[in-house]
Amino acid sequence: MQLHEFQAKDVLRRYGIAVPPGRIALTADEAAAAAREIGAEALFVKAQILAGSRAAAGGVRAVRLPSGARTAAGELLGRKLVTTQTGPGGRAVKRVLVEAAVGAAEEFYLALRIDPAAGAIVAIAGHHRPDIEDRLADGTPGLPTLVLGVAGERRPGDIADFCRRLDIAGETADRFGALIRGLHRAFVELDAALIEINPLIRTEAGELIAADAKLVIDDNAAFRHPETAELRSEEEVDQIQLQAQRHQINYVSMDGNIGIVANGAGLGLATLDLVRAAGGAPANFMDIRTTAKSLDIAHGVGMILDNPRAKVLLVNVYGGGMQACDTVVDGLAIAFRRSGRVMPMVLRITGNNEAFAHARLANFNLPKIVCADMWQAASRAAAISKGRA
Amino acid sequence: MTILVDRDTRLLCQGMTGWAGTYHADRMVQYGTAVVAGVTPGKGGQSHLGLPVFETVAEAKRATGANASIVFVPPANAGRAMIEAIEAEMPLVVAVTERVPVLDMVRVREALVGSRTRLVGPNSQGVLAPEICKIGVMATDRARRGPIGVVSRSASLTSEVVAQLSAAGLGQSTTIGIGGDPVHGIGFAECVSLFFDDPETQGVVLIGEIGGSEEHEAARFIRETGLKKPVVALVVGRAAPPERRMGHAGALTAQAPDDVDGKIAALRDAGAVIAPNAHLVGATMSDAFGRRAA
Repeated sequence: MQLHEFQAKDVLRRYGIAVPPGRIALTADEAAAAAREIGAEALFVKAQILAGSRAAAGGVRAVRLPSGARTAAGELLGRKLVTTQTGPGGRAVKRVLVEAAVGAAEEFYLALRIDPAAGAIVAIAGHHRPDIEDRLADGTPGLPTLVLGVAGERRPGDIADFCRRLDIAGETADRFGALIRGLHRAFVELDAALIEINPLIRTEAGELIAADAKLVIDDNAAFRHPETAELRSEEEVDQIQLQAQRHQINYVSMDGNIGIVANGAGLGLATLDLVRAAGGAPANFMDIRTTAKSLDIAHGVGMILDNPRAKVLLVNVYGGGMQACDTVVDGLAIAFRRSGRVMPMVLRITGNNEAFAHARLANFNLPKIVCADMWQAASRAAAISKGRA
Repeated sequence: MTILVDRDTRLLCQGMTGWAGTYHADRMVQYGTAVVAGVTPGKGGQSHLGLPVFETVAEAKRATGANASIVFVPPANAGRAMIEAIEAEMPLVVAVTERVPVLDMVRVREALVGSRTRLVGPNSQGVLAPEICKIGVMATDRARRGPIGVVSRSASLTSEVVAQLSAAGLGQSTTIGIGGDPVHGIGFAECVSLFFDDPETQGVVLIGEIGGSEEHEAARFIRETGLKKPVVALVVGRAAPPERRMGHAGALTAQAPDDVDGKIAALRDAGAVIAPNAHLVGATMSDAFGRRAA
């Protein structure tokens, strides 16, 4: 779960991280009032959406005085902001953060995240460059890193050494070290997956200030953090995805016309590849998790039956674990019965309880084409999707 | 021979008294695995499925001589359960639990440093040595004893590949699910290494996905040690939509085709034969064997 910038800053302030004076505003008038309260002449008005690259898309405005804040907020609020990270639909701006502009003597990038290969928390830092987020997205930023344990520094002096590698010395090094300790404590206590400060500003007075902040909490640890649950911005989460997750299903909408039901992420991905190779276009990715029961599966299948673009349903299931084939077949039957939509269905179901599942399937009187292997099934679904049944 | 497990494996089941633990412990017993005890804090001294239940892993290990443990403990306590098994010096720990907090896995990795334990998972279907030992939750109906080692990140796709191999007359020495989580125990490279060293294994199937760097690490390992046995690799996810988590937290990528192509290129450069698509893994391995025999 990603928090909004203003929420992340509120949280980080509690860990001793300095952030610019700021107020949230829902209207242009509120933005002007916020600017007056802050009292600074130079200000930023920043669109609060859960996507990066806002500045390049015009979502972060440098303004002067309350009048400037009012104008910028008026332009941003209610608008859909399209950045390189939002997708073509963009995100509606419902709030802006009005903040004092902070003069920078120097700018840094600083992030803490999980390094899967090291199995540790790793800090990544460098002097700020405009292309830094793109370089990080490539996964090879070439920036100095520091591996941290859950308890903090793995060896005394690691953080001091990290500062030296960054060419940060003197009082700034002390402050930088304290900042990393504060962020590390926040990371562990909040069960974060990522904390990113970009840019981190050093003022002429030597103070380090987080001018922007991104905070992502590990969804798997949500049960430990009822306090962050209320910060979740449901309006910005893909509603379809969210609903699916509540039913133990990972679902992603795509733009094709073949609805896909598959169990397991690997088999789901393989099914997408097979459909493409057969010349078809998936309407969605689906991964039914092993914890899904037949009613959950029915919900997932129902999402496809509700999709007017989907012309054919492709079911590719290898029953195993706690989820045998008959559970999936029951889910299919419930979904078709509820929906009433007659959609051609190409089925390939094998694995645990396969024979029983096929026997049940025969009872349900569903429109179905049963295939022996997944390539046949993908090819058949692709043909039907093009009107060549 | 098998890797990780064998006929002498004596298995503890952490969380055996829960629903999943009960169901799968029973299935493992039916498969022929020597399940010797369960561990559930608060239920020590009881009996479940005709097996003794202990309070702690250390106690159970002492009393039964167990040398492997499977973790069915729910996510909130799964990390602690893994650490308990590591501290009890259990040689093999297989964690099936899904959705373990990632920081708990960082704690587990810290506990693994310098330990005697090999961890498989979490979010793994487990380890299967067909007809000898099953530690996990995978389908077994089409698994056959034979010369191929299989390692993957995904359960249902492994079952699919196992079925293809068996249909092609190629049984499996051992199948391993390393799990779909970003921070986990044993990786692709270590599994390939174990298969290269195992005299019974004559070929290896590696089933990769978009996201993460395990496939690259395996490719690097094979390049460094040399291709001791034929390796067939499948990497799925080329058609995945961009910038989405595809179920596995590990499989997160911005540019799916580039990521998949990079992994395929690295594995091919290392000498692996690439299966062109998921339905062709059995046939590709058959060809690789045929070429070697010719």
